[in-house]
Amino acid sequence: MKCKGHMSKRSSRRDFITRSAATTATTATGLAAPNGETSNGAHIPALKTAHTTKTNSICPYCAVGCSVTIHTIGDKARNVKPHIVHIEGDPESPVNRGTLCPKGASLEEFVQSDRRLTKVRHRAAGAKEWTDLTWEEAIPMMASRIKASRDKGFVEKDEKGRTVNRLGNVAMIGGCTDTNEINYLLSKFRFSLGLLAYENQSRL
Amino acid sequence: MIVAKLIDTTLCIGCKACEVACQEWNDQEYTLGTFDGSYQTMPDLAPNFWNLIKFNEVEKNGGTSWLMSKYQCMHCADAGCIAACPAPGAIVQLANGTVDFAHDNCIGCGYCITGCPFDVPKLSPTTKKVYKCTLCSDRTAVGLEPACIKTCPTNCLTFGERDEMIRVADIRTRELKADGFKDAGVYNPQGVGGTNVIYVLNDVKQPESYGLPKDPVIPWTVQLWKGPMKVLGTLAFVGAILGAFFHFVIYGPQDPEVHGHDEE
Amino acid sequence: MTNGWTDVANADVVLVMGGNPAENHPVGFRFVMEAKRLRKAKIVCIDPRFTRTAAVSDCYVPIRSGTDIAFLGGLIHYAVESGKYQRKYVEQHTNASFLIAEGFGFENGHFSGWQGDKYDKTTWQYELDASGNAKTDPKLEHPRCVFQLMKKHYSRYTPEKVAEICGCTKEEFLKAADLITVAAAEDKSGTVLYALGWTHHSFAVQLIHAAAMVQLLMGNIGMPGGGVNAQRGHANIQGSTDMGAWNMLPGYLKIPRANLTTIEEYLKANTPKPLQAKSLNYWGNTPKFFKSLLKAYYGKKATEANQYGYDWLPKIDEKGDHSWGAFFDDMFHGKLEGLISFGMNPVANGPNTKKMLTALSKLKWLIVAENFETETAAFWKAKTLAAKDYPLALDEAGISTEVFLLPAANFAEKDGAFVNSSRWLQWKEAATDPPGEAKRDQEIIAKLFLEIRRLYEKDGGANPAPLMNMSWDYAKPAMPLLSEIAREVNGVDLKTLKQLNGFGELKDDGSTACGNWVYSGCWTEAGNQMARRGQVDPTGLGLYPQWSWSWPANRRILYNRASADENGQPWDKTRAPLQWDGERWRGDVPDYKADAEPGSLPAFIMLPEGVARLFAPDLVEGPFPEHYEPAESPVLNALHPEASANPMLKTYSSEPVAFGKAKDFPYVAITYRLTEHFHYWTKHTSSSSELQSNFFVELPAELAAAKGIVSGDKVRVSSARGTLEGPALVTKRLRTLMVNGQKTYHVGLPIHWGFVGKITGPLINNLTPSAYDPNSGTPEYKGFLVNLEKI
Repeated sequence: MKCKGHMSKRSSRRDFITRSAATTATTATGLAAPNGETSNGAHIPALKTAHTTKTNSICPYCAVGCSVTIHTIGDKARNVKPHIVHIEGDPESPVNRGTLCPKGASLEEFVQSDRRLTKVRHRAAGAKEWTDLTWEEAIPMMASRIKASRDKGFVEKDEKGRTVNRLGNVAMIGGCTDTNEINYLLSKFRFSLGLLAYENQSRL
Repeated sequence: MIVAKLIDTTLCIGCKACEVACQEWNDQEYTLGTFDGSYQTMPDLAPNFWNLIKFNEVEKNGGTSWLMSKYQCMHCADAGCIAACPAPGAIVQLANGTVDFAHDNCIGCGYCITGCPFDVPKLSPTTKKVYKCTLCSDRTAVGLEPACIKTCPTNCLTFGERDEMIRVADIRTRELKADGFKDAGVYNPQGVGGTNVIYVLNDVKQPESYGLPKDPVIPWTVQLWKGPMKVLGTLAFVGAILGAFFHFVIYGPQDPEVHGHDEE
Repeated sequence: MTNGWTDVANADVVLVMGGNPAENHPVGFRFVMEAKRLRKAKIVCIDPRFTRTAAVSDCYVPIRSGTDIAFLGGLIHYAVESGKYQRKYVEQHTNASFLIAEGFGFENGHFSGWQGDKYDKTTWQYELDASGNAKTDPKLEHPRCVFQLMKKHYSRYTPEKVAEICGCTKEEFLKAADLITVAAAEDKSGTVLYALGWTHHSFAVQLIHAAAMVQLLMGNIGMPGGGVNAQRGHANIQGSTDMGAWNMLPGYLKIPRANLTTIEEYLKANTPKPLQAKSLNYWGNTPKFFKSLLKAYYGKKATEANQYGYDWLPKIDEKGDHSWGAFFDDMFHGKLEGLISFGMNPVANGPNTKKMLTALSKLKWLIVAENFETETAAFWKAKTLAAKDYPLALDEAGISTEVFLLPAANFAEKDGAFVNSSRWLQWKEAATDPPGEAKRDQEIIAKLFLEIRRLYEKDGGANPAPLMNMSWDYAKPAMPLLSEIAREVNGVDLKTLKQLNGFGELKDDGSTACGNWVYSGCWTEAGNQMARRGQVDPTGLGLYPQWSWSWPANRRILYNRASADENGQPWDKTRAPLQWDGERWRGDVPDYKADAEPGSLPAFIMLPEGVARLFAPDLVEGPFPEHYEPAESPVLNALHPEASANPMLKTYSSEPVAFGKAKDFPYVAITYRLTEHFHYWTKHTSSSSELQSNFFVELPAELAAAKGIVSGDKVRVSSARGTLEGPALVTKRLRTLMVNGQKTYHVGLPIHWGFVGKITGPLINNLTPSAYDPNSGTPEYKGFLVNLEKI
């Protein structure tokens, strides 16, 4: 069998809540409820989304465009970094009417994955490992690399003397989870460099 | 009010959204498995995996069909697990018909596993307690549908008052018959007093092809205990001499109407 | 999509081909199931594999990968010969009646004008009258009218020939054809749902053209429950296309070629002229779109005197090619110094992984912004992490590429708009902040841009004008708000400084600025239209005009004028997305002039012809789709063995490995996604990894039995490019196909693994060829040759 049978987080949460409830119940009646008896539900944990802030978003996976509700703890005040407790389908969306596929249903874990990158990483020529950089270090380094390549590879006039203002030795590629606005900003970035070799996941 | 899940297998596309929604809502720890030659996530339910889509390739009329259907606790009216459980308060039936485990009281004896004709409850080797679908009792307690129902994209899964679900299932069966599936029908096995998870099948004569037992009943060993013990159980109720005295008291399932009174 | 997800529920027949929505778009598939359940629609699934879509379809036909044009050509033949097409629609709304130049023909696998390596398209053009309009024969009888030429062209695609090429039976083809042509009735409609099963071929654009032809013959374009519908595979793949990649500017305007040295020359070359007297020819407004874009890019610096900054835009050489295949080939040859990647993973998703790895190792520097460490960011570790797959790769010490890996925000940490397959621009809000030191993309781009600009200001360098003159007028230049950018994209009247209501207000005198004309109307003076959550559905057809905002102009069904007859009344009285009430059009936003009488203009206002193209003179390899074999094929083309593959197939002579031959690699490989995973992302998550932890090779039972392979056995799959290993999944769902009289087997390769992640496995692109569609430059990831061994 595949599954190793770890204790679930829910199980531990349920057990904790149930334990306190059961203690109360036992104190009150002097004994535990017999099994099979209709329960008063004291063992049932509180709803985890009972007191969350809800934000409207769109699933980042395929292009069906399902609306999702992101439940966070914290009201987005300046001093709070909201923590996501649940992401679910938005019932108002005519596209998904609250439903989600298996990838969409797991977004909470995707956003908060322990594999998320949290620091700028740098790999020097020939190095075997990453090292960390701060943004303050990284931005000037990258800008100088781009400028050096542009200064070398930029063609202002072609061999026929026509103004072409193009960059031939740098390429750029973009993913398909960039919003329209980011794509537009990338187009301004691209054309300010003169960069022509730009492709997107949308064309593969 | 007794609630029920309706699983219309004719609309299931095997997308497994219900599997993930169950895992995510219940904060289960995920496990990485080894390849077992199938699209099915794992061969069987597990202590941390309560909702499984079964994939069955069936040769029919010279062609291949690929049947997919959701498998989980059936929340039986006459629940074999409850009949078999010796631990007071470990398995309870909620007023809405949900069969739920209160893990504080579970002693990990595994009798419920024997008592279940659907082979649903699973013992965790880590916690030594038994786990299964709770019908998202935390959600239903506040009027929400279980997480699997909420996420199902194709309307294969619906949830509501049991009588209404049976009515919908009957309508759907008639539609399917009109579409040429002459053996279409509702799976709601009476051997366990009916279930609060009911299925619409294209071929109700062969539930095995969907991974469902044909005529599930509570095992006779459990039945045997159940009769006399029910009397003792009632006595226990009256005399309040339960707990320590009858370590394995079994309190039989009751009629839904009776349960209804105790809702709080 | 010409239509949209919600509209699929209106279909009477659903043709799923080149896609697998039950697995890859499960939520979109709910509308298919709704059509099946409530309208009793028939689902026809054509796929080499018996998929989860096939499992719920009414008719499944297996075909060999890459033979879709043969199948669709067969449908065209069947429809025309049996009369099962919507004659009135074809007469009114297509170029069936247009006359083509003398000398047009097709022989030995080539259209007229073949010159050995390219086409002279002179004979593919419309015959024009003295005033420049196309000559027509409304009766469709002239031997040189499109209808007759089409009939002749597809006369070779008999059911027997289809079966021979595709590997299905004649009976299976005819059953599917019967179901699909039900939609030829005026009051019936059928939809076509496709995805990368079509675009991943070296004749992909022609394949989609063939689907459009079928839909036009059935009268399904513009109809509710109709259309040709691309199920796009990433959240904003549509938006990324709309915003311009490759040789496009935002809004499908072309990047200028070097020979167009002035804005006048550019506009003259890129503004079409009408080909019918009454044709609205909406692209005639190109000068308004283009000048408004330049005003958005260069702001006050763009003046009439300096051609609105036309010189600052880069110009592509007449022979220049900057598509994916071209620049990765350049990179492979050491011609590129740097690559900037925002959320893309070419090592995983580019064809021929070994070539990708080598190409990146030739770079001086690589910048990657990502959520996770990807194969691309970690390409220099390939030898260490996947030595078995890349025994000849360089080790770390041998790779001198400097790599920056930037931690980027995730969708939930950013606002902005995604465009779904239905063309709906849906706005989202940020729910939280990025983790640790991760930043939002707009901040990364802006900081880089400003720092580069600062360096040029300080030190000078290669012509800084395009950089210095690019507008960057954001309240906080280092941290633009996406709402500011969205407003810039929508466009503004520069005199009143009011947001435009739509592209109808654009001017060609420099008095309007608009970052993407097709999005104009998305953020008006009334606010952000993309965030709208209105629930009303006045037509009852699932158009939801107040939910989000759909491009263009909030129109939900493209070409919707064609859903009505010559009197402006719906072909199907029970489904009216658009209807003429005597004074104006009611229903959806009309794809027509709102107050123009039904007969006053032809229906396809975006085309100079005014009608849809059965015959498409502008495509590279022919005006009619023709069946060609994939770059690697187990058989020669049964129609014309002497011209087996696409004559205009795009490839690069410098490929490190040649294509394989059937004698060495006898099986047809197909690549695909599983419902359990998303692309190369979810191997970083536990949930998807639990659903399907392991890579596998899906094999037909008959082939496996012949090789003594059972499920779970380890197999090696090899192509002319590389090899990979994994356990076999043996299934009867993969059928043996009889192609040209010989048994043909498919080998299935799900894509989702790689050498970094919670779960790892081989990259299937170790095997894929660098063969490209000549129109789009998209690689042929499906239908290539492999060998299989048990190990």
